[in-house]
Amino acid sequence: MSRQITQRIAFGLISLASVAVVVPIFYVIGYIVVQGGGALSWEFLTAMPRDGMTAGGVLPAIVGTLALTAGTAIVAVPIGLGGAIYLSEYAGDTPTTRAIRIAIINLAGIPSVVYGLFGLGLFVIFLNFGTSILAGSLTLGIMTLPVIISTAEEALRAVPQSYRLVSTSLGGTRWQTIQRVVLPQALPGIITGVILGVERAAGETAPIMFTAAAFFLPRLPHSIFDQTMALPYHLYVISTQVPGMPVQIQYGTALVLLVFVLSMNLAATMIRRHYRRQRVW
Amino acid sequence: MVTARPNVKIHIEDLAVRYSDGTESLHGVTMDFYEHQVNVLFGPSGGGKSTLLRTLNRLNDLADVVEQEGQILLDGQDILAEDCDIIDLRRKVGIVFARPVPLPMSIYENVIYGLRLAGVRDRQRLDATVERALKQAALWDEVSDRLGDSAYDLSGGQQQRLCVARSLALQPEVILLDEPTSGLDPISTFKVEQTLRQLREDYTILIVPHSVQQAARIADWAAFFLQGELVEWGAGHQIFTTPRDRRTEDYITGRFG
Repeated sequence: MSRQITQRIAFGLISLASVAVVVPIFYVIGYIVVQGGGALSWEFLTAMPRDGMTAGGVLPAIVGTLALTAGTAIVAVPIGLGGAIYLSEYAGDTPTTRAIRIAIINLAGIPSVVYGLFGLGLFVIFLNFGTSILAGSLTLGIMTLPVIISTAEEALRAVPQSYRLVSTSLGGTRWQTIQRVVLPQALPGIITGVILGVERAAGETAPIMFTAAAFFLPRLPHSIFDQTMALPYHLYVISTQVPGMPVQIQYGTALVLLVFVLSMNLAATMIRRHYRRQRVW
Repeated sequence: MVTARPNVKIHIEDLAVRYSDGTESLHGVTMDFYEHQVNVLFGPSGGGKSTLLRTLNRLNDLADVVEQEGQILLDGQDILAEDCDIIDLRRKVGIVFARPVPLPMSIYENVIYGLRLAGVRDRQRLDATVERALKQAALWDEVSDRLGDSAYDLSGGQQQRLCVARSLALQPEVILLDEPTSGLDPISTFKVEQTLRQLREDYTILIVPHSVQQAARIADWAAFFLQGELVEWGAGHQIFTTPRDRRTEDYITGRFG
């Protein structure tokens, strides 16, 4: 077979693969928009559910997801960023450091339902936080740690070594160098990683099932020790536990969650593009 | 042309440095660097010249150094001693690298970066320092109206002079330059060499030139390094016209290198 023909076939297959990746995404989004778009209204987004959740809105679930998302960030970012800075800027190649890295990789591989059980045992029962936003945030936060540490460390390592050398040669301590040069330059990558990591946690059901989420609450939560509804769990509940639930409301809820996650994605992409253009290295 | 011996600024006594992978090491180096002079270290690559420079401001501490012996006396104080204040040393001994490395900030912020590290906040003092340092680096006229611009808007030669200004802002006593003109065009090179001759008045210059010709052009004192060994050193005009060691002569005349 001639090389030209081989090349054309290969290129054709690769193009087909690229299209094959994109098609399901558009199909999923499109299907949900079509099925659930009709349910979207101002009332749907701002009112409490009524009539056994077959009518009304999903406000408590939206508020709950926002609260858990913020809580995840508050737990995961300081610890994750601190760990990343340590691994990138301070740690040498010692057995302890290698053990830490292995631990992080393993953390990333633990199934989310196992995290849920862990959260139940430690935060809900042992530390007696009860089923609460606090317990849910801590569980989701720990689950998100490996992602944030990895992306933050990568962003920090990407900053050219020459900057650190210059800062040191002008009399800077290691922390001064990190604070004045390395961290600001790594910030766009870190922010992108945080958004993507936290957004993943926002859509999880299993970890919050045992630790934070409630089937139905008549009021919005007003402290971190309260239970809360949340969009992913709410979606599961109304799709399986409630007889006679209008299909449109199920897909409407899914659409709200989708929009939430996709807009975080969009924000992360825009931040990344903006800072890529500004970058000089 | 220097006839009488000036003051010794740095005295090196039997210095040995070895890296874990055995490269660029030094052994048995004993020599002096003179105050307010252009002291040149030259020789083929791998000779240990960069190693010596980086040991002089303890930047070598960051590298994989396996063995370090001997003394380096800066104004009589051993900078390799345990109790040496390294931060203070690095402010006293500035360094300019081969490739210009502007920090990702404005021209103004680049110049005063060292002062900010030292905690200086007084705006007037910072402004005055920027003007002085840029004038001494022969860059003021070209950038005085755009100090807020990114340092990366400058040409290669301008960036290198910015790096010189950055070191000068701290008013060091010694300036180390490691092949500072290697990436520059001839005109920028000429400007930098001119600047060095003027800087000699206020500072002690140690430079690794990128060619023997540059070494011969600018050296008041010159030291020839070969594979980690100091072969010989002395007054510039003497080394380049009548070197004592055969190896020095071979290198200068281009028989190897």
